[in-house]
Amino acid sequence: MSAPWFVLTRLARDRSALVGLLLIALLVVCALAAPFLATHPDDVFELHPAERLRAPSGAHWLGTDRMGADVYSRLLFGARITIVIGLIAVGASLVLGVPIGLVAGYYHGWFSDLLMRVSDIFLAVPQVVLAIAIAQTLGPSLPNVILALSVTYWPWFARVVYAETRALQKEVFVESTAALGASAWRLTVLHVLPNIASPIIVRASIGMGFTILTAAALGFLGLGPPPPTPEWGRTIAESREFLPDAWWYAAAPGLAIFLTVMGFNLLGDGLRDVLDPRLRRSRTARDG
Amino acid sequence: MAELLAVRGLRVDFVTDRGPAQVLDGINLDIAPGEVVGLVGESGCGKTTLARAILGILPATAARIRGGEVRFKGTDLLREDPRVVNDHVRGRAITFIPQDPFTSFSPVFSVGTQIMDLMKWKSPLAGSRPAALFGRYPRDRRRADHDAVLETLRAVQMPEPARTLRRLPHEFSGGQRQRLMIAMALLPRPELIIADEPTTALDVTIQAQILRTLRALVKERGVSVLFTTHDLGTAHEVCDRVVVMYAGQEMEAAPTEAFFRRPAHPYTRRLLDSVPGPSGELRDIPGEVPSLVAPPPGCRFHPRCDYATAECRLDRPAARLLAAGHGVRCHHPVDGESTRETGARGVSARAEP
Amino acid sequence: MSAASVSVGAASAASVSVPLLEVVDLVRHFPVRNAFGRRVGWLRAVDGVSLAVAPGETLGLVGESGCGKSTLGKTVMGIYTPSAGDIRFAGREIGRLARRERRAVAKDLQYVYQDPGASLDPRWKVGRSLHEPLRIHTRLSRGEREREVRAILTAVGLPDAHLDLYPHELSGGQQRRVGLARILTLRPRLVILDEPTSGLDVSVQASVLKLFRSLQQTFALTYVFISHDLSVVRAMCARIAVMYLGKIVEIGDTTAIFERPRHPYTQSLLDAVPLIGARRISQDFRLEGEPPNPRDVPSGCRFRTRCPLVQERCAREEPALRVVDGRAVACHFA
Repeated sequence: MSAPWFVLTRLARDRSALVGLLLIALLVVCALAAPFLATHPDDVFELHPAERLRAPSGAHWLGTDRMGADVYSRLLFGARITIVIGLIAVGASLVLGVPIGLVAGYYHGWFSDLLMRVSDIFLAVPQVVLAIAIAQTLGPSLPNVILALSVTYWPWFARVVYAETRALQKEVFVESTAALGASAWRLTVLHVLPNIASPIIVRASIGMGFTILTAAALGFLGLGPPPPTPEWGRTIAESREFLPDAWWYAAAPGLAIFLTVMGFNLLGDGLRDVLDPRLRRSRTARDG
Repeated sequence: MAELLAVRGLRVDFVTDRGPAQVLDGINLDIAPGEVVGLVGESGCGKTTLARAILGILPATAARIRGGEVRFKGTDLLREDPRVVNDHVRGRAITFIPQDPFTSFSPVFSVGTQIMDLMKWKSPLAGSRPAALFGRYPRDRRRADHDAVLETLRAVQMPEPARTLRRLPHEFSGGQRQRLMIAMALLPRPELIIADEPTTALDVTIQAQILRTLRALVKERGVSVLFTTHDLGTAHEVCDRVVVMYAGQEMEAAPTEAFFRRPAHPYTRRLLDSVPGPSGELRDIPGEVPSLVAPPPGCRFHPRCDYATAECRLDRPAARLLAAGHGVRCHHPVDGESTRETGARGVSARAEP
Repeated sequence: MSAASVSVGAASAASVSVPLLEVVDLVRHFPVRNAFGRRVGWLRAVDGVSLAVAPGETLGLVGESGCGKSTLGKTVMGIYTPSAGDIRFAGREIGRLARRERRAVAKDLQYVYQDPGASLDPRWKVGRSLHEPLRIHTRLSRGEREREVRAILTAVGLPDAHLDLYPHELSGGQQRRVGLARILTLRPRLVILDEPTSGLDVSVQASVLKLFRSLQQTFALTYVFISHDLSVVRAMCARIAVMYLGKIVEIGDTTAIFERPRHPYTQSLLDAVPLIGARRISQDFRLEGEPPNPRDVPSGCRFRTRCPLVQERCAREEPALRVVDGRAVACHFA
């Protein structure tokens, strides 16, 4: 596939996608450089009850929470958790969903239908509800949240891959490579998969946003990683009883979640526009 | 003799991401009343663009008319009021038969509905008032139009015309749909029909029937036809005169007999030679069709031409009249009979298309 | 019946006795389903075809749309499985092989689509696409494969530099050559060409046909040439088979058939082809109507609904292929 540079330059022309990209970049920087950017890095664990619920000031840029910890610093470390949850959950969904989609798409018959019906069942239930049920059963912890999210998101990948595989099967190059004697493995992994990489990438980006939002919901309901982990959703839950006075306590993580999810969605939309139609155009022959 | 259609110096560019493609480079074309003119050429030569330019249906965003005129009965269609052209010329005085019979009908309406819709707007009885969207369709006119439709369907040899009108397009084969398109092209009583490769998508036996029907009808009604095709045999079948184009330039125009027997332009000769002959000898043309974004200067065929000289690279040749109605744009037209193989004579002498 | 046509077929070809490809009473039907998925009939695309192809020859398969020539090609190739009948390649039955064994036959029996350029994966460089058949079928080292690939590339008239390009960076004609090269890396013995010049300009067509000829020489290929274009078939094929609605109606030496067609359909088909330089054929052309739907094949002789010679016998009895005037014809009155 042509260079990522090509994609980036094209992406840069789409203003909303650019905004998305910048927001994600911001998130990544915050997560990676949290120890350096935080004003009170120890506040993730330490308690300063004397300073609880202070409004934003020069010392505490976004105020303090009910334990007296610096909201801003905890936010930055919370970004790490957010990214970890997102990446692993989406990654696991991908690893599970893509092969299922490939197999179901390549073969015809009862087995493919079965796989797709199973994925339909998962899709029929709202992701949040299913994730809640799973996390509730297994108990609140970071790994359980990730598990719950992966299990509910894989059908989206499976479905996209299934549809694209079926569509690609009709392409002449797939049929002719099969006629050359290529095995199923070669066809799906070496030919089909690279050609459907774009929709998978787009789905992954949008999936990140969706998954992070659901993770925050789980955290809010107390089903996420236990305190003192500075997970954004849990922070919002904690802030409830202090509203509307300690507005910064809820606003900060709320805004962070909002910007992150929007960032991934904008990026995903931009990628969808850039990757599919243009590459298709550059792929077609120039008639000589 | 006044020409029905006279195209002079038509220049059209298409916008591409590599720059403007000079698709038509100063085309001259004449069509006399009642004449069937064939426009032949290979892909990219511009024949479809020319047909569309005459009709005025070039894509507005991509195409730019850079110059020239299209005179229909004396009026330049390019500079006339577009509404007048739309109401009185397009679909009425000049009608169109498209190439692909399978996508030219709307699949959700019956054939009768679609043809009567056409008649509502473009019937010869509609008079010269501009058509209004919610205008009346007087019953007596509708009846007269309906009769005309049935009569024309019979003329194009559609079995059971009344039943045909009730059916949906997908119930008809490609050949039958083309007959319907011919009927629709004839109903407004046009003076010129532009047929864009109408038989390319059809089988050869069906094509033979369609060509016969088309030629008989237009001759009977004195309608002119501009018939584009890339198949020389088809041009020979149905046309009185043939014009050949290459890379956006017209190269030669001659009556059919002269065109095929005594082609003067080197490209025409090469083209006729490349049709496979019965002996199996294959002659192709070295080189490739040039890009229209950066076309060769002067005569665009010169890079592939055996007779090219410096003059050919500098100036596009002006039209030269070799014999009655036989014009060629070449600095070195070739003399003498075509060297193409001729088939054996006889009952089933199917030597070549 | 089939034995007669097969022997007539093979006898008039080159001097060999064992045909490279033999098809015996091949049938391929497609189920026709209604809106509920229930089968309501059969589309009889190939309905009992027998022919033989000798090594080194070029057999033409001609007919109009719906005659089954493309389906025949794809069934022989294994893209469709036969509903009935035998396919024998170099003496070995291949129509009913298991998938893995059938894939191995691809080394010797190949199929070229109408646009060979479209057979290239758009995301793979040309070199990689050309290596692929060798990777699938042989155990050659990379260096050996590279040598093979370069040799083939030269044989189709392309420079080595193209190995590093993507298909969309080549012109249409170059893509076509690469597509052909890919198939030739396997050194197949028989190649089925399915409408290889359809839609091409006549001068481009001439170059493509010349290429096919030279490749046939270089690689000692046998061709089955499927086309609806009679002039092309006449130039390229020494023997032709004319198909109508799933069956062969006439098969034999090309020149003989073109000069003296015996079957009424062949006569009409040849009459329909416009002839430059002679009088217009369409004035005299007599064949009316359209071919019947392959879902609804007429009883007896399937051409009887449009045949000028039709008699009562034609509805009752389907004519068998019999030898007349040096070729095989399926007509009661030939």
